[in-house]
Amino acid sequence: MIAIVKYNAGNITSVKNAVERLGYQCIVTDDSETLKNASKVIFPGVGEAGFAMKYLKSKNLDIVIKSLKQPVLGICLGLQLLCSSSEESNTECLGVFDADVKLFPKNEIIPHMGWNSIESLDSEVFNNISENSNVYFVHSYYAELCANTIAICNYILPFSASMQKDNFYATQFHPKKSAEIGEKILKNFLKL
Amino acid sequence: MLKKRIIPCLDIKDGTTVKGVNFINIINAGDPVELAKRYVDEGADELVFLDITATVEKRKTLAMLVSKIAKEINIPFTVGGGIQSWEDAAILIKAGADKISINSAAVRNLELINEIASVFGRQCVVVAIDAKFKHGNYIVYLNGGRTETDIDAIDWAIKAEKAGAGEILLTSMDADGTKNGFELELTRRVCESVNIPVIASGGAGKDEHFKDVFLKTTASGALAASIFHFNEIPIPELKNYLKQKKIPVR
Repeated sequence: MIAIVKYNAGNITSVKNAVERLGYQCIVTDDSETLKNASKVIFPGVGEAGFAMKYLKSKNLDIVIKSLKQPVLGICLGLQLLCSSSEESNTECLGVFDADVKLFPKNEIIPHMGWNSIESLDSEVFNNISENSNVYFVHSYYAELCANTIAICNYILPFSASMQKDNFYATQFHPKKSAEIGEKILKNFLKL
Repeated sequence: MLKKRIIPCLDIKDGTTVKGVNFINIINAGDPVELAKRYVDEGADELVFLDITATVEKRKTLAMLVSKIAKEINIPFTVGGGIQSWEDAAILIKAGADKISINSAAVRNLELINEIASVFGRQCVVVAIDAKFKHGNYIVYLNGGRTETDIDAIDWAIKAEKAGAGEILLTSMDADGTKNGFELELTRRVCESVNIPVIASGGAGKDEHFKDVFLKTTASGALAASIFHFNEIPIPELKNYLKQKKIPVR
């Protein structure tokens, strides 16, 4: 069973739809035991970092997520919350990835919204994905490049389009909204 | 490099897709879910669904349609039309809409933008502006173009951005339905005044019109309806054309 972390922010329906389209069963839950026992965990989220971290803490999910042993996929805000900290509301995050999350420079068009190419792909989740494939991004904050970066995107500056450390994977882009390329990436993760 | 977005718009009335010429005279252009799937296959970058007759009673039907669309397609889509309150927006977002578009309600109640943005994020709040050139200025119209205001469209775009809008969907009522090209001056002025993405809408009739709006303004995307519905401009051909003109598209 695939578990999707339920929390207060964002459009979780689209993640559920995408997983089901690929023929997998999934459950949306904030129950610690169900999360711990799932074969894979997806940690999605669109929303505000401070707000989301507060909620996770109130449900003890911050501890649960960090201690998961099965493959975990953070998406968008999920990636940012797996980093050390975020400039959004000066939030201390989960600290799985060794990077800080920063706001794109002002006076540029923000959010970074739309299809952009990813390069330097370096992970099994990108099996059969070509360099410079286009995927869909929507975000105003970005994770710096770091040792955990497994894909780079350029918008104003180069940033982590995707990250991995041990069993934790994350994408800043939305695989579920990235047409067939996104479905392949999601499928690669679900097959891990 | 960030790509310029090609966005088909599906005007919805009673569950079917329609397209108004200058906002009147509606003709049927098919089933929204089927049309949406066709656009995804053709390489559309995003979709916009506009419920042009949204009423309180119809809202449930719209939410059902949105959830059906969300199950079938794997690219982002925006839903708009008749959204009056935070609750209206929340229902559609929970049904699977990636973004909601608000128009008249945001003009009447600026705070609504922030109310939605603070819970769901500003990236999901599109402020739609219908503008018409009058007495030397671009003026905002409400209620699907039926009600004139004294609000300047450029001022309103700036105000909407400050209030928390994540994107502007800018329709020129003068150009809409004419197929004579996007209103470049309006689009350029709004793009220069805000730091959020602007989608140009109204007037697309030929490949060149998309080239012009992307080369002569900084619009992030261009939206059209009937030319795509009736396959007058197939999206793959349009994208090939834009690639030849060195415009970054997917």
